[in-house]
Amino acid sequence: MDDRVILRVGAKFLIPFILLFALYVQFHGDYGPGGGFQAGVIFAAAFVLYALVYGLPNAERAMPPRVVYICSALGVVIYAGVGVVTLLKGANFLDYGVLAHDPEHGQHYGILFVELGVLTTVFGVMVTVFYAFAGRGRKDG
Amino acid sequence: MDAVIDIALLALLAVTALAILRMRNLFAAVMLSGIYSLLSAGIFTALDAVDVAFTEAAVGAGISTVLMLGTLAIVGHKEKKPAHTPLLPLFVVLVTGGALVYGTLDMPPFGDPTNPVHHHVAPRYVEESGHEIGIPNIVTSVLASYRGYDTMGETTVIFAAAVGVILLLGGARPARVAAGEVSGGSEEGSEPLEEQSHG
Amino acid sequence: MRLLGLYNYWVVIVLMMVGFYTIIARDNLVKKLIGLSIFQTSVFMLYISMGRIHGGTAPILMEGTDVVYSNPLPHVLILTAIVVGVATTAVGLSLVIRINEAYGTVEEDEIHSQDESL
Repeated sequence: MDDRVILRVGAKFLIPFILLFALYVQFHGDYGPGGGFQAGVIFAAAFVLYALVYGLPNAERAMPPRVVYICSALGVVIYAGVGVVTLLKGANFLDYGVLAHDPEHGQHYGILFVELGVLTTVFGVMVTVFYAFAGRGRKDG
Repeated sequence: MDAVIDIALLALLAVTALAILRMRNLFAAVMLSGIYSLLSAGIFTALDAVDVAFTEAAVGAGISTVLMLGTLAIVGHKEKKPAHTPLLPLFVVLVTGGALVYGTLDMPPFGDPTNPVHHHVAPRYVEESGHEIGIPNIVTSVLASYRGYDTMGETTVIFAAAVGVILLLGGARPARVAAGEVSGGSEEGSEPLEEQSHG
Repeated sequence: MRLLGLYNYWVVIVLMMVGFYTIIARDNLVKKLIGLSIFQTSVFMLYISMGRIHGGTAPILMEGTDVVYSNPLPHVLILTAIVVGVATTAVGLSLVIRINEAYGTVEEDEIHSQDESL
């Protein structure tokens, strides 16, 4: 793997743009195609690419397994947390209208946070699964 | 023009599926299934489902191909010739397929705006979401707001799937090394067949 | 025109049956999972085909009142189904890896014969 300069430089060049594109997909999901599910997968793809080119140990230093485990649980907590906040504000579970003075703004905030939860979980799950498979492969092979 | 693209892409998709079925080299079959996903993303775009196409291209052609290749690296990529004759499964498949084709004869034609599916809740989403939710992408409105419960369930399901994978494969490597000394449970799991097939 | 109106559904059925045949007739477990994902994609195709309206456009609101949008509901259902699909495929693949470690093979008939010889 050491002499594949084009791969290494190419990957290094691409990864920041992949991450940036994932964020664009996440926050532009209200206006065009995109949203938490797609952004999470693209975000994870950047780390998968890093792991494929630079090896699993380096990837695990950049994004430790413990962090992705926490991410995959944290997303569900964020999602359900938004529901609990709306409950505490006196509305139904996941009824975002009460999150701001204007119901339409409330919907905006609700969707923003909910999509953030989806992004976090999808990213965490995809990287977790990839680490599990790649780690297994290297141990046996 | 739409119809031509639709027909051509769907025909390519069917050919790819048949090629996957016939391919005995699993490595090639996995690469073809990546192509299959990309083709279906193209069809979804042609059918106006841009969000779905986006997801299929990222997930089907990206992540799931990587996972399949990761599995093949462990289990090997040669498929054996099937031992038994394919007659019985072929019969079952033909009968099922025939029944399904018979079922489609009563279906409303493709793309007709008067189809029942377009007259239930969908018109409300299309007409009201603009000023109820206030964002242009109807799919996002429905996904995150109208059907928020549904999406929360889906998020929980993929979290549960990750838990399942961690339980089956012992998580990423450093965690497994640490756990192996304490419990011994994951240690046994990573040994090859001798111990497990007797116990 | 009547024939063309059902073409999408028939291709869906062909794909579905190819996936089904792969699942029941092939012995290799990885191949079965590939068949399962073909089957899955065919169901996605069925839903999305039903949501399509001729002359419609993607369900993203635009200026103007006479725009026809395709049905957004199937898109939402399938969008989440795709991601859930890859998560469950990952669970299936990790089961295959564990089976390979326990039996040393991923061919179904060999696993059966090992079980019977115990």
